[in-house]
Amino acid sequence: MPALSELEEAWLEARADESFRAELERLLRDFAGRPTPLYEAGRLSEAVGHPVWLKREDLLHTGAHKINNALGQALLAKRMGKKRIIAETGAGQHGVAAATACALLGLDCTVYMGTEDMRRQEPNVQRMLLMGTRVAAVDAGARTLKEAVSEAIRDWVANVATTHYIIGSAVGPAPFPALVRDLQRIIGDEARAQVLEACGRLPRRVVACVGGGSNAIGTFVPFVGDDGVDLIGVEAAGDGLATGRHGAPLTVGGRGGILHGSYSAIMQDDEGQITEAHSVSAGLDYPGTGPEHAHLRDLGRAHYVAITDTEALAAYRRVAELEGIIPALESAHALAWVMANPDGAADALDLVCLSGRGDKDLAEVISRG
Amino acid sequence: MSAAAALTGAERIAEAFARSGKRAALMPYLMGGFPDLDGSAAIGQAYADGGADLVELGVPYSDPLADGPVIQAAGTAALAAGATLGGVLEVGERLAPRLPVVVMCYANLVFARGPERFAAALAERGLSGLIVPDLPLEEAPIVLSACDAAGIALVPLVAPTTPQARLAAIGERARGFLYTVSVTGTTGERTGVQSELEAVIARARASTTAPVAVGFGIGTPEQASAAASAGAQGVIVGSRLVREAAQAADPPAAVRAVVGAMASALSG
Repeated sequence: MPALSELEEAWLEARADESFRAELERLLRDFAGRPTPLYEAGRLSEAVGHPVWLKREDLLHTGAHKINNALGQALLAKRMGKKRIIAETGAGQHGVAAATACALLGLDCTVYMGTEDMRRQEPNVQRMLLMGTRVAAVDAGARTLKEAVSEAIRDWVANVATTHYIIGSAVGPAPFPALVRDLQRIIGDEARAQVLEACGRLPRRVVACVGGGSNAIGTFVPFVGDDGVDLIGVEAAGDGLATGRHGAPLTVGGRGGILHGSYSAIMQDDEGQITEAHSVSAGLDYPGTGPEHAHLRDLGRAHYVAITDTEALAAYRRVAELEGIIPALESAHALAWVMANPDGAADALDLVCLSGRGDKDLAEVISRG
Repeated sequence: MSAAAALTGAERIAEAFARSGKRAALMPYLMGGFPDLDGSAAIGQAYADGGADLVELGVPYSDPLADGPVIQAAGTAALAAGATLGGVLEVGERLAPRLPVVVMCYANLVFARGPERFAAALAERGLSGLIVPDLPLEEAPIVLSACDAAGIALVPLVAPTTPQARLAAIGERARGFLYTVSVTGTTGERTGVQSELEAVIARARASTTAPVAVGFGIGTPEQASAAASAGAQGVIVGSRLVREAAQAADPPAAVRAVVGAMASALSG
């Protein structure tokens, strides 16, 4: 708890500090490639039947929105005098982003990764190693993201004096969900200004995929006060919600619970044991979700839906054919939902966060035919 | 049962500390349901035979953030063998006539059932205390009042990194005993006893009127003895015994020998 208070204080201070903000802005612009374009996907729009605009986080350095958060937290760690960084990763995108930020800033980095994910995402393991990061294999439980987060938290508790934990999503104990949201809201801030500039109005629907929920919360937050804008989070239905093999705690509803230090929608059995999530997309393969999403859901401000593995895989291929863009399997969930649920309104206008690029998923997609 | 049931959990724990006849009370950790329910009950009985004064009964959990690899693996195995909360509490009920049982259980299991119902379930089975390792001070009041109402001692944890003001607030609310983590990090055996142990214990004792028990990283009779010499009023031994239970051909006999060696080290 004291470490969390220290982190919160340091973040509030840094956020208000002009020179910190300027340095982060410079890195996001010159190193990571911000602002990312907002792109009207013409052939996809035609197929859906109304305009669909894509926020191109896939064009960022390292290929996903994760770098926004990793750069911000690594800079914060440096400011706090912490020389050692730990992180967890599922698909490897956050691990690569953390490794990248640490190489850039000269910080020592260890990334915890489940052995099942290491197998599924071998190229990302190699990327991290290349940048001087140590990849620590986690062999507990299902050997995926949940176990990696647990192991990173254990490391942090033991080494808290020297170490900062760059959590990859809007989950974990406070202040992490808020810290990650603050660092990711640049997606929504840019997109809102860009859509106003390009279309002269706000979108009717803003859509993003939700695992832990960092790209979605970053996209949603600037639109929360815009009453006419529907916010739609797309979770992983895995093999189908009815099978229980999914990663859609927000969509399924049910009792809230505690996972990794926050109270939110989680997948659990009657006794409160956390159950395993399932998704073809490693980044959505997590039984919990950011607490702010559960809050937006309970307020009725955002709605959560789910897309199966099969639907996401089809969208992955379809968007590649239509747009010459290979989306991450995570982002393919958001695109699949839009394609399956066109907006009937005359002034339909969708804004979708294309959170990452899909090269990392090629082997997985091809192996499934 | 009758004599024990007349006392509240905190009173029964206090008595066990006071009457241990050792330099520090000995509290071995038992993973409930490992290797199975009957097996864990037999190990618990062997703890009592070996000279334990209290027993810490772990409820296996899917995501045991405070535990190192040995206890994690035992918890996973217990769940795979079908352990349920009810089954584990029943193991506690079987041990309770011999020694006070302090249940160690992660917060989501407590909140899934509801703190009142959870505390009442412990009391019904004659158990004495509850440790929730991932329950911070800020979230504790609702669990503490449920436990107080049921006569269950809610035992808080403090670490060497706990700041002074926070330590004082936690110490003030301690029931039964104050669980003092000897090292920063998770459960598990370590070599040597930290030189700061004396300071850690002194700080903890100054914060509370409850006895101070030290755990995490104590695996040998020498370490147990050193903790007592450093001022600990209770010594908790976990991973060392769970490892023995996992590896020995005859777990009850093996853990009885280990507990016996610890007990004599604490009696000398």
